[in-house]
Amino acid sequence: MALPTYATTGQRIGYYSFLTYCGFVFFFLIAPIFIILPLSFSASPFFEFTKEFMNFEPEAYSLRWYRQMVGISSIGDTTVVTNKWMLGTRNSFFIGICATFLATALGTVAALGLSRPNMPFKGTLMAILISPMIVPLIITSAGMFFFYSKIGLTHTYLGLILAHTALGTPFVVITVTATLTGFDTNLIRASQSLGADTMRTFFKVIMPLILPGVISGALFAFITSFDEVVVVMFVGSVEQITIPKQMWAGLRQETSPVILCMATCLVALSIALLTTVEMLRRRSERLRGIKLHK
Amino acid sequence: MNQTASEPILTTDGIPLKVSLQKSERKNKIRAFLLVAPLLVFILVTFLIPIADMLVRSIDDRQINTVFPKTFEVYKKWDQQGLPSEELYETMFFEVKNSEGYDIGKASTRMNYSKSGWKSLLKKSKRKFKKIEEGPYKEQMIAAEKRWGDIDYWKALGVMVDPTTMGYYLNAVDLKFDSNKEIIRQKENRRIYNHTWIKTFKISFLVMFFCLILGYPISYLLATLPLKYSNLLMICVLLPFWTSLLVRTVAWMVMLQQKGVLNNLLVMSHVIADENRFQLMYNQTAVVIVMTQILLPFMVLPLYSVMKTIPPTYMRAALNLGASPLHAFWKVYMPNSVPGISAGCMLVFIIAIGYYITPELVGGKDGQMVGNWIAYHLKTTLNWGLCASLGAILLAVMTVLYWAYNKIVGIENIKLG
Repeated sequence: MALPTYATTGQRIGYYSFLTYCGFVFFFLIAPIFIILPLSFSASPFFEFTKEFMNFEPEAYSLRWYRQMVGISSIGDTTVVTNKWMLGTRNSFFIGICATFLATALGTVAALGLSRPNMPFKGTLMAILISPMIVPLIITSAGMFFFYSKIGLTHTYLGLILAHTALGTPFVVITVTATLTGFDTNLIRASQSLGADTMRTFFKVIMPLILPGVISGALFAFITSFDEVVVVMFVGSVEQITIPKQMWAGLRQETSPVILCMATCLVALSIALLTTVEMLRRRSERLRGIKLHK
Repeated sequence: MNQTASEPILTTDGIPLKVSLQKSERKNKIRAFLLVAPLLVFILVTFLIPIADMLVRSIDDRQINTVFPKTFEVYKKWDQQGLPSEELYETMFFEVKNSEGYDIGKASTRMNYSKSGWKSLLKKSKRKFKKIEEGPYKEQMIAAEKRWGDIDYWKALGVMVDPTTMGYYLNAVDLKFDSNKEIIRQKENRRIYNHTWIKTFKISFLVMFFCLILGYPISYLLATLPLKYSNLLMICVLLPFWTSLLVRTVAWMVMLQQKGVLNNLLVMSHVIADENRFQLMYNQTAVVIVMTQILLPFMVLPLYSVMKTIPPTYMRAALNLGASPLHAFWKVYMPNSVPGISAGCMLVFIIAIGYYITPELVGGKDGQMVGNWIAYHLKTTLNWGLCASLGAILLAVMTVLYWAYNKIVGIENIKLG
C-alpha cells in the first residue's frame, strides 16, 4: 500500500504516522525478547544494565553465568553438587521427545480420520480433540493432579509424558488437518487400484504428502511440552525438574542471571524451530501448488 | 420407467443397490471413526476424566461423612430445637475418641469451612476425651469443652449431612450457608472472590482491547504490504508466538523492574529523578502490559488471515468513487474485516481469562486472577473443594465462550502461523 504520487500533505502525514505506529507495535512485540540477549553476558548478578556495561568496559562482560549453567564452576564459586539446569535440560528433552512421538502418532491418525468426507459428528469430535489447547492450564493441572494421584501417576515420568501428550495433540490435529485440505483422494484410489495395501498406501502415498504438516505439528507439540510448567509443577514431584520449572523456581526464589542464559538458549531454540516450520509450510504450499499466503 | 420405480436396482449379488450403498457408507464411517478412536480414548482418559473428576470434587461432601458415619445417622433425628439428645453426644464422643488423628484432621478442616472453631474444638476434645471413662457423656463433654454446649456448632453440622454440597460454589462467589442452611453473604473481610472475578474479566477485557488496537493496524500493514516485506515482518509476530511464555515474562521483568530498562531510560533522559522511579511491576498494569504483548500474536494471526482475503480493489473502488481514505476504510474495509476481529478478540479473551503464570510472576498482590486462587487453594490451603468449584465456574465460562467461538469462527479454522 504505497502512497500515490498525488497524495496530499494530510495523507502523507497520516500514512507516515500509521507506519510509525506500526513500527512501535513491532518494536513492542520483539524488543523484550532481544533485551535479554546482551544481559546474559553481563557480569552483574542482577537483571540490570550497569553503567560499566553500557560503556562497553570489558570487565562488565563475562561468560560466568553460562559456565554456571552448564556446570563448570569458576574459581571462587562453590562446587555445584547437582547441576539442576543440566538435569532440567535432560528431563525436558526426555519428556518432550516421548510426548512428541505419542502426540504425533495419535494426532496424525486422528487427523486422517477427521478429514474423511464421511466422518460422523466431525464438528463435535474436533471440538473435543482441540479442547486441551483451550482449557486453561491451571484447570487441566488441577484435574490431572486429583485424578492422576488416584491412579498413582503423580510424581512419575509416565504421568508427565501422558499429560504433555494430551496437551500436544491438538496442535498435531490442526496442522495435519490443514495439510489434508485439498488432498486429492484419487491418489489413494490410484494406489489401491495398482495393488498397494493400506499400509503401503499410507507410507508411500499419503505420508510423503502430509509429512510437512506432520513435522510442523510435531514441532508444535514438542515446544508445548518443552515450555510447559504448570502441569509439571502440580503433577510432577520436587525432583522432576524441567527447564521451565527451574526457571520458575529461580524467578520466585533466587533471581540468578543463569535464568537469562537459559532464556537466551530457549530463544535460539524457538528461532530454529520457527525457521523449520516456516520452510516446511512454504514447501508444502509449493508441493500442493498453492500460492504463498493464499 | 415404471418398472424401475417398483423394482429396485440390484447389484450383481442380488442385494438392492440402496442397501449395498448404505452398507459400504456405514463401513466407511466406522473406518473413519476407528482412526479417530485411539486419540479420543486417550484424551478421554488423560484429560476429560481428570476434569470430570475435578467437577465431582466441587460438590463432593463425603469426606466428613466417612469419618463420623454414625453421628450423622443419629443427627438426622435431631429437631434442631435446643441441644441434641444424649444419644447424639454419645455417638459423637465415641467416633471422635476412636477415629484416627489423620481422619479427624481432614474432617475438622472441612467442618471449619462451615463454622470456624470446629478444628480447635475437635483437636482439644480428642485429647480431653481420653480422661472420660463412662457416661452420661453430654455433661462431661460440655464440661471438658464448653463449646459442645453451643447450639450453633451442632447446627453447623446440618449442611454437611448430605453427601453432596453446593457450599463450595457459594464460597466461590462470596456466599455461604449459615447454621440454618440459609444462604447469606460472607463477612465483609472475607469477601475476595467476587472482586477477583470482576478483576479477571476486567484484565481480560483490557488485554483484548489493547491487543485489538495494537494488532489491527499491523495486521492491515502485513496484509497490504508486498509479500517479500510482509514475510519478514511476519517473523516479528511469529517469534514471540514460538518463544517460551516464561522467557517472555522474564524479559518483561527485566524491562519493568525498579532498576529495569524502562525506568533506567526515563532516568537517563531526565524525565524522572533517580529516587522516584516508577513502580511498574507487581500490579495490575504490569499484568495488562505483559499479557498484551504475549497474546498479541493470537490477535494478529486471525486478523491477518481474514484481511488477506479482502481484495484491494474494494478500497480502490471506494476511493475512486470519491470517498476519503478514512471514510473508505470505515465503510468498506472495516466491515469486511469483522470476522477477523471477532475471531481474534474471542481467542484472546478465552486465553486471557485462564491465565496463571504471568499474573503470578508480575502481578503482585493486586494483579492476582482467578487462576492464581485456584493454584493457591490447590497447593497451599488444600481446600480442594473450593479449588474445584472456582475451576468449574471458570470452565463453564470458557465452555460458553468456546462454544460461541466454534459457532462463529469454526474450531477447524484455527491457524497456527
